[in-house]
Amino acid sequence: MLSEEEIKEIQEEIKQYPYPAVACIDALKIVQHHRGWVSDESVKDIAQLLSISNEEVDGVATFYSRIYRKPVGRNVILICDSVSCMIMGYESLYEHISKKLGIRFGGTTSDGRFTLLPNSCLGDCDNAPALMINNDHFNKITAEKIDELLKRYK
Amino acid sequence: MEKPLTKNIRPDSADYNLEDYSRDSGYSNLRKVLKNMSPAEVTNLVKASNLLGRGGAGFPTGVKWSLIPMDGDSSKQKYLICNADEMEPGTFKDRYLLEGNPHQLIEGMIISAYAIQASKAYIFLRWAYKKAEAGLRKAIDEAYKAGYLGKNILGSGFNLDLYVHSSAGRYICGEETALLNSLEGKRAVPRTKPPYPAISGLFGKPTVVNNVETLSWISHIVENGADWFKGLSLTGTGGTKLYGASGRVKKPGIWELPLGTTMRELLEDHAGGMIAGHRFRGALPGGVSTDFLIEEHLDVKMDFSTVAAAGSRLGTGTMIILDDKTCPVAFIHNVERFFALESCGWCTPCREGLPWVEKMLASIEEGSGKMEYIDLLNFNAEYMGPGNTFCAHAPGAAEPLQSGLKYFHDDFIKHITDKKCPWR
Repeated sequence: MLSEEEIKEIQEEIKQYPYPAVACIDALKIVQHHRGWVSDESVKDIAQLLSISNEEVDGVATFYSRIYRKPVGRNVILICDSVSCMIMGYESLYEHISKKLGIRFGGTTSDGRFTLLPNSCLGDCDNAPALMINNDHFNKITAEKIDELLKRYK
Repeated sequence: MEKPLTKNIRPDSADYNLEDYSRDSGYSNLRKVLKNMSPAEVTNLVKASNLLGRGGAGFPTGVKWSLIPMDGDSSKQKYLICNADEMEPGTFKDRYLLEGNPHQLIEGMIISAYAIQASKAYIFLRWAYKKAEAGLRKAIDEAYKAGYLGKNILGSGFNLDLYVHSSAGRYICGEETALLNSLEGKRAVPRTKPPYPAISGLFGKPTVVNNVETLSWISHIVENGADWFKGLSLTGTGGTKLYGASGRVKKPGIWELPLGTTMRELLEDHAGGMIAGHRFRGALPGGVSTDFLIEEHLDVKMDFSTVAAAGSRLGTGTMIILDDKTCPVAFIHNVERFFALESCGWCTPCREGLPWVEKMLASIEEGSGKMEYIDLLNFNAEYMGPGNTFCAHAPGAAEPLQSGLKYFHDDFIKHITDKKCPWR
């Protein structure tokens, strides 16, 4: 069941569009904002609210890379793996973070604190390598800097 | 040297609000347009300026606008969309404009919407641009309060609502018809053209989609005229360009320079040359969907037609530099893996060709590549090229591949014969 708050926020988005189904991506983002990810049950609830099929909602949810259909940790680390960051050494950065957290790309730490994911270009190419933790951007990342950064996210 | 687009951007893109923008005569061009110009006059001015689209394709902006049916019935819904889904790897120019001067874009959008008589406009924004999103929402709020957006703008009778749509990821959303599907809440697969968006776009209504840098020009062209705009470039094409460089150069960054500045000047004077101990081997001049240029092209003037004549595309104008300490096969593998992951899966050459290319490149890089892969890679580059696919995604992917195979042929062969990457 969607919460009253979620429903209210989704209905607010629907207002600006000619018909409810247009708010599908907004609805998925709203649910994810509140729950961290989008479960099968939430897909059904969104479909019902927007008067479209579950499959349509799931088709949209699985298309977009920033909609999570599996649970993620409390903090999501997105490492830029595009070419400018490759030249500037994201691969060794990834190995460092991976070793430190004991997870590979796609993994979540056993305490549920971090999920580690690759991400295409973050638009920070002149300050590569770059990464995001949740909604925060960081650049010119070094092993020392990442050790310091990770401490801030509980 | 004039830098109209970036002259007011503060260090670290610090807040530049409506008050600051107004002090620098912001929104005076909107007043001028609404008071003295007809929509057709605005379109004709932009047409006369020969402003070429800054999203990468370089289509003339005024021509795009003039395809919108203007049959005098203002009750017919039309849309203006700003494509701010900057996701081309190696590109960070729109972010700079969005964060540094949002009102410049908003004023440009209001004037552009007036030209095509659109009463609704959207900024389709890349999800990762959180700072830009907050800045845009604040600036739009300020513009509504000042009467520049909403009903009866400045007493002219013209109405415009402007919304920000933050995306949920996927490179393909930057393709203009895929963007329309995404904005309609669907999977971002491209649409057949024709009909072009000018006839049937968002919700089947006439729609113009323009890039951030393109729309940021509009108020300046209104202020200074078409001849002034043409005079800004070195090649007569018109305007300045936001150029950038990333990779192993001393000062990677972004610079507003006359359109037609050479790659050598960008590399040596602005990017400060290569980092000590590194040699320039080549560059993708405007994002990953452009062909490599190499040392012999350094004096090519970076404008749309001159770069095309050299066998590449200006694209977004932000160069990715390949140095001699980076393996060209690994570079190209990274780029093709990106394209394979970001393919929407709609048409065969892209969905099947890209993963095949990616696998062959991976095995060459790992030392298990076969000599026949060279021909197969060239075959795929051709098969994914223009005319065989639904949109420009796979043809874009083919560009660095085909040019890389040509310019770095010996490196590919060495990987295969030595059964290892010489850089590892």
